[in-house]
Amino acid sequence: MPAMAPSKKSSASTGVGVRRRPRTAYLLLIPGLGWLSIFFVVPLISLFATSLQAPTGKNGVYQAAFQVSNYAEAIAEYWPQFVRSFIYSGIATVLALVIAYPLAYFIAFRAGKWRALLLVLVVAPFFASFLLRTYAWRTILADEGFITSFFNMLHLLPEQRILNTPIAVVLGLTYNFLPFMILPLYAALERIDPRLIEAAGDLYASPFTGFRKVVWPLSLPGVVAGTLLTFIPASGDYINATLLGAPSDRMVGNAIQTNFLQFRDYPIASALSFILMAIILTLVFVYIRRAGTEDLV
Amino acid sequence: MDASGDVQDLHLLDLTKAFGDFVAVDDLTLTIPAGSFFALLGPSGCGKTTTLRMVAGLEDPTQGQILLGETDITHEKPYKRHVNTVFQSYALFPHLDIFENVAFGLRRRGIKNVEPQVTAMLELVELGPLARRKPAQLSGGQQQRVAVARALINQPGVLLLDEPLGALDLKLRRQMQIELKRIQTEVGTTFVHVTHDQEEAMTMADTVAVMNKGRIEQMGAPIDIYDLPQTSFVANFLGQSNLLSGSVNSGGDVLEVSAQGQRFGVPSNRSVVTSGDIVIGVRPEKLSLAAAGEQVADGRNAIPGRVTDASFTGVSTQYLVMTPWDAEWVVFEQNRASAIMRPGDEVTIHWEVRHTFGLAPAEAV
Amino acid sequence: MRWLRKNLIPIIGILVLVYLFIPIAVVAVLSFNKPAGKFNIAWNEFSLSAWQNICGVPGVCGSFVTSLEIGLLATLVGTIFGTMIAFALVRYRFRGRSTTNLLIFLPMATPEVVLGSSLLALFLNLAFPLGFWTVVIAHIMFIISFVVVAVKARLQGMDPRLEEAARDLYADARSTFRHVTFPLVLPGILGAALLGFSLSFDDYIISAFNAGTLVTFPIYIWGAAQRGIPVQVNALATLVFVIALTIVLVSQFINYRRRRMLEAGMSAD
Repeated sequence: MPAMAPSKKSSASTGVGVRRRPRTAYLLLIPGLGWLSIFFVVPLISLFATSLQAPTGKNGVYQAAFQVSNYAEAIAEYWPQFVRSFIYSGIATVLALVIAYPLAYFIAFRAGKWRALLLVLVVAPFFASFLLRTYAWRTILADEGFITSFFNMLHLLPEQRILNTPIAVVLGLTYNFLPFMILPLYAALERIDPRLIEAAGDLYASPFTGFRKVVWPLSLPGVVAGTLLTFIPASGDYINATLLGAPSDRMVGNAIQTNFLQFRDYPIASALSFILMAIILTLVFVYIRRAGTEDLV
Repeated sequence: MDASGDVQDLHLLDLTKAFGDFVAVDDLTLTIPAGSFFALLGPSGCGKTTTLRMVAGLEDPTQGQILLGETDITHEKPYKRHVNTVFQSYALFPHLDIFENVAFGLRRRGIKNVEPQVTAMLELVELGPLARRKPAQLSGGQQQRVAVARALINQPGVLLLDEPLGALDLKLRRQMQIELKRIQTEVGTTFVHVTHDQEEAMTMADTVAVMNKGRIEQMGAPIDIYDLPQTSFVANFLGQSNLLSGSVNSGGDVLEVSAQGQRFGVPSNRSVVTSGDIVIGVRPEKLSLAAAGEQVADGRNAIPGRVTDASFTGVSTQYLVMTPWDAEWVVFEQNRASAIMRPGDEVTIHWEVRHTFGLAPAEAV
Repeated sequence: MRWLRKNLIPIIGILVLVYLFIPIAVVAVLSFNKPAGKFNIAWNEFSLSAWQNICGVPGVCGSFVTSLEIGLLATLVGTIFGTMIAFALVRYRFRGRSTTNLLIFLPMATPEVVLGSSLLALFLNLAFPLGFWTVVIAHIMFIISFVVVAVKARLQGMDPRLEEAARDLYADARSTFRHVTFPLVLPGILGAALLGFSLSFDDYIISAFNAGTLVTFPIYIWGAAQRGIPVQVNALATLVFVIALTIVLVSQFINYRRRRMLEAGMSAD
């Protein structure tokens, strides 16, 4: 293809590829971006304002202020929840990666004509209620249940049970966000030409070296996207901790939820939300930069 | 089906297209006569596709004019100009069946009863029975014919073909070359064909324009360009040539040229320059080989050499011969002679003066 | 042993799939249970009563319909807004592109508790009454980003020559959009809408913050979990799962058959 080789350039100058009338573009953007500004950005500002409010003495009613001490109070009281949140969701993310990779690899390279069907099965859990699926783990991990008894027989459980322990919470988190790990991994693996793996084998790489030097690096964008899509929702989740854990396993999501909806301590709850988001965004940007996939979005 | 009703000459006047600093098409002036099969031939990046896209209206010229007959269509919207395109890899609409693909242009122009025209067109390209298939259900050659039918049904003043056979395998490409030529003869529309395949251009086109770096190097009937290239680019892009730099000793009907201590004859009407420095050239199939010491007929050009490679290809044998000044010459000999040379053999390359051509020295390789 | 090594990856893959489906199987099995106490957790006795009287418990079907309404409305609006943004991003040059990208990315990088609580903070500060509309507003907000990502990918994957061909064949801008661009992007839009709907229908956290006294299906389940989830909820969830999976599988099968026919058609010529 001659002269057209810089096809980006050429389409930029034609009418069809990319159009130059920005006015139409703004008209297309206004409703959606307007919505996101009013119901995402403004709420974050509102959240920040609320996090600095001071009590009026009346329960659930606060006034505008600049009470930075709310943050100190929130951290002092809830730092264990923060630590637990990041430990639980970190472990769950690693577990999900380990579990999801073989399945994604299988679907991408070995599934043949079953590929489409298997992908449907991966997203199928979304068709069943998140809450009910989580609740079902209470049945599966029940104290008298098969799984708990099996592990007890091997004396592997420090508390002689799984339910209402951190193990159940981590298992629940791993399970619930697994499809979010599988899909981006699959998308990245699917783009790898299987002949590359054969070429690696041809060039004296053992299957393991071939994987380490060829497949793994090429799948990194999927790994980054998958770990983010798992870690972010897991770290703010409180459903698993509530349904599967003991009161001592509560996460920061629980703290935000109870402060907002039960104690009606809006400033503390807002401060907690704000800290959580700040930590996650910092982690996300550092991670994306380190992984070198800034065009993730 | 006759589409020749309003076939007109296509004129490009001082046409220029620049992408930033890169000049893709440089001050191109060209007339493509009505009803001809015209090929724009050149390597990747030579500006041939950009030229085609400007004619189609998909690219806006930086400078210059495009005229169809008397009408200036330089800045006419693509959907308003009476020019249609067969796209590279066809760009058939995957969601429409063959019939609807072919009917697309007619429907957009508000023609109500499209059935007879579409049926006739599908007959022309021999796809009648496949009208209700989707493009993905067709083979490459069939898709190619749909693309042609979809464009031709609009009876364009000019039909543009952008590397139309690039996606086909060799055998099918040969077949489609003949097919396209047949269709063109039948409908009489001007075909402008862009390709990087010199053989394809020579097989199909009445006129070939060889493009390089945004300019046309040479234009003419395939046989004329091949026989008498005027630049070393053409000499090597269209077929192969053996070239040698020297200088003109004396003029006349046959120039006497000395190069590498030897004398050669070049017909002056086959040379771009008639005095001073010159590059002389000859096509490989015009050359003959004789064993060293063997008598070569008088009045033929000759140079000594040593065979470095001989590949037997059936019809002919291709030799690489090293000259005393370390240039490798290519020689094609038909396998009529009993003696086949072997690598290492000392030989004399000889050819008729009338097959020699002369080029300007600035073009030296 | 060799066999095991060769098939290790498929075996692990299938085990992972089984793992994904175990809880769903538990939900389905328990829909045929007659629980011993008020908690439907352990198998007791086979019973069809929940299936025969699926709306028998007050609130179950009502909350189900509420979630359907919210899901459809939020999906419709979110899909339209998201598709418009995707078109603007892929098809136009304008200033503020990176801000737009950031604004699309951030809601996806923000935990649901933060999304839910910040909206609640806004509604509280404005003294805006919580209920059906606040939940719809919240759902539209998080659906938009997912739609933008999906439709953008579809648009970028489209061969630009198809639109050029349309313009070459006498289609003006509007006609090109209507007859070529839109039909080709539609599957991507529908996929995004399906994803948006299932996210909305199943959302608990953001809804819980902004629902006030409104009860959606997930909110109903959450509330019921404290005092025992009625068997009808299992039946209803199983029903939804089976219907949704059947629709998707049937459409996949039709696709597969069509592709098979295409291949057969090609080799026949």
